[in-house]
Amino acid sequence: MSESLTGTIMPHAPGFIAGDRPRIVTSRFEYEDSYTLERYLATDGYSGLRACLTRAAADVHNEVKTATVLGRGGAGFPAGVKWGLTPQGKFPRYLVVNGDESEPGTYKDRLLMERDPHQLIEGCLIACYAAGLSQCFLYIRGEMALAQERVATALNDAYAAGYVGTNILGSNFSVDIVLHWGAGAYVVGEETALIESLEGNRGMPRLKPPFFPAAIGLYGQPTIVNNVETLANLPWLLVNGAAAYTAIGTESSPGTRMVAVSGHVRRPGVYEIVNGTTTFRDLVYGNEFCGGIRNGNELKAFVPGGGSAPWFLPDQLDLPFEGKLVGAAGSMLGSGAIMVMDDTTDIPAAALTLTRFYAHESCGKCTPCREGGTWLERILSRIVAGNGTDADLDQLLEVGESICPGSFPHAASERLGLTAVPFPYKMTTICFVGPSAFAPIHSALTLFRDEFIAKIVKRTLIPVTAAPIAAASAAGGGQ
Amino acid sequence: MSRLTDANIKLAKEIIGRYPRARSAIIPLLHLAQEQHGHITNAAIAHIGELVGATSAEVLGTCTFYEMFKMEPVGKYLVNICGTMSCALLGSDELMHRAEHTLGIKAGSTTADGLFTLEHAECQAACTEAPCLQVNYRHRYRVTPDQLDALIVDLRAGNLDGEIPPHGTVARVRQHIPAGRAVGAVAPEDATDPPVWLSTGPSINAKTPK
Ligand SMILES: Cc1cc2nc3c(=O)[nH]c(=O)nc-3n(C[C@H](O)[C@H](O)[C@H](O)COP(=O)(O)O)c2cc1C
Ligand code: SF4
Ligand code: FES
Repeated sequence: MSESLTGTIMPHAPGFIAGDRPRIVTSRFEYEDSYTLERYLATDGYSGLRACLTRAAADVHNEVKTATVLGRGGAGFPAGVKWGLTPQGKFPRYLVVNGDESEPGTYKDRLLMERDPHQLIEGCLIACYAAGLSQCFLYIRGEMALAQERVATALNDAYAAGYVGTNILGSNFSVDIVLHWGAGAYVVGEETALIESLEGNRGMPRLKPPFFPAAIGLYGQPTIVNNVETLANLPWLLVNGAAAYTAIGTESSPGTRMVAVSGHVRRPGVYEIVNGTTTFRDLVYGNEFCGGIRNGNELKAFVPGGGSAPWFLPDQLDLPFEGKLVGAAGSMLGSGAIMVMDDTTDIPAAALTLTRFYAHESCGKCTPCREGGTWLERILSRIVAGNGTDADLDQLLEVGESICPGSFPHAASERLGLTAVPFPYKMTTICFVGPSAFAPIHSALTLFRDEFIAKIVKRTLIPVTAAPIAAASAAGGGQ
Repeated sequence: MSRLTDANIKLAKEIIGRYPRARSAIIPLLHLAQEQHGHITNAAIAHIGELVGATSAEVLGTCTFYEMFKMEPVGKYLVNICGTMSCALLGSDELMHRAEHTLGIKAGSTTADGLFTLEHAECQAACTEAPCLQVNYRHRYRVTPDQLDALIVDLRAGNLDGEIPPHGTVARVRQHIPAGRAVGAVAPEDATDPPVWLSTGPSINAKTPK
């Protein structure tokens, strides 16, 4: 099929681990040729589109609404509801597919694009039909060479076979899907930054509210931005119906979710799990999932929903993968990414790898994020390097306060006698990059303060250098 | 001279034609320029500006926001080692030290023979396969320091040329929309009525044969 591909065809990226569970979006993943049109058609491919075209658009839209397909990009907003938020009578409307996956810990959209690109294409077509969207832009992260090749090949084949373009399957439904690709900037994953980038600009988020992309988006027109996994659910949904979809998972979180579990577990991997019922304990310790902590070590902490999410402790292991419960417990599910730390982990150093990420990825539009992120990174770096002072810990929290005023969510801890502070938090920035630079520091400092103090104590114990530091901080009056 | 070649101008026009606004093609065209020349030159910036109707300053402004665009020459192989949390937890520091030692350069620089540029990178969406790296945006998974050395030997010897094109080329497959099947760009001023299928009920008969 891939005759346009020059050079060696790369094998599937590893990571996905199947299991004896319902499969909605990963059903073709084991086939070596899962990305070809032949395999897709041989496994029920494009029959969701066919089913969709025999029904009125409003009817298809209702089916998706009834199924409550929660957005898989981070915010968890139901897709059917989002499609209904476009202003009446304003056309054309666009679909922008968010394939910019780059939240630390997240690995699923790339697999979906590499292994089953036609499923994504079919999902885009169903969304365009149901919501009356006239053109689709499929934005793939710049650093994903293989995903771009696979999706480009799939689109070329789908056009040739009449599944995309004018009069799809002989109907009056016509839509182009334009492959677009980025060039390396995490913040572009934020939907308004994605739109800016697609307009050819620096990828800086727009202020919202008042205007969300569904009202004023690409070229000022109503625009639906959906995540790759969200759209990949639609073909199955249209073939099997909303009742079958909601029969999996729970009422508030139906269907399945792709979750990547990485870090210090025995069997890191990407799993398609039943939404809402699978617990973190299942995922970390279950034999059909990660099978426990490496080397029989103890679990120290884990990040439950991508690098932006406040951390959880073993205390939270029995929570199910359900947005509201996880929010009440002080964190968020975000993009389906769990990062596990065992008892050998240097907590301040681990927090630094995330804070550095967000500080580095700040677009610079808001001062608290641009300046604050850099400060957080610098202060934490010197603490990790053993050069921190007592004042640095307060300073970290003070800078954090300027990004997120008031209390910040965190988990409950029996060991520390802490009760949970639930989501959400207040913020002084336009998007979540600023708060995300602070989140790992806040979690680490709240839940493992002793580890920070240990690093600082070590420093002040060295008599020769202790004096100049004390003198310097007294003279400088803090940073 | 590093304006786009005639063949690439043709391709650029095809790409521009897919978007309701020409400026939307700036990033794809910058990639095209980088593919042609290995990095982005001022001449390419000016040329892209002419093609999409933007000033050089505007194109440059977009260009400098994105990390993949290099304003200076880089090695034939750009080696990006991920250092974000999942990879850091499983030894990315060690990998970076080995890379610096084997290549004899610090992260952020290029070997004297112009073959390798080494960079610290952020999460590459392969966190379960940590520690990982990319060579010209093609992943390598669960890399040990010794495997990294072997990879460098292979790249030097040209053993991976079929799999990893030189820096500048990302995807080796391009989208082509056949003229007969293209709907064409739908600009805000072009289509202010609802799309036809929204108002006409079912689009095909359920019994339409496959
Ligand atoms: C800083 C930031 C980065 C984001 N990155 C991504 C991303 O890489 N992929 C994604 O689908 N959504 C990302 N999002 C969420 C999007 O803004 C948006 O909510 C999502 O694409 C909507 O799709 P959904 O409703 O289908 O989830 C990000 C949000 C923020 C604030
Ligand atoms: S929070 Fe940071 S990344 Fe987001 S808009 Fe503000 S400066 Fe840019
Ligand atoms: S942290 Fe290295 S790939 Fe995600």
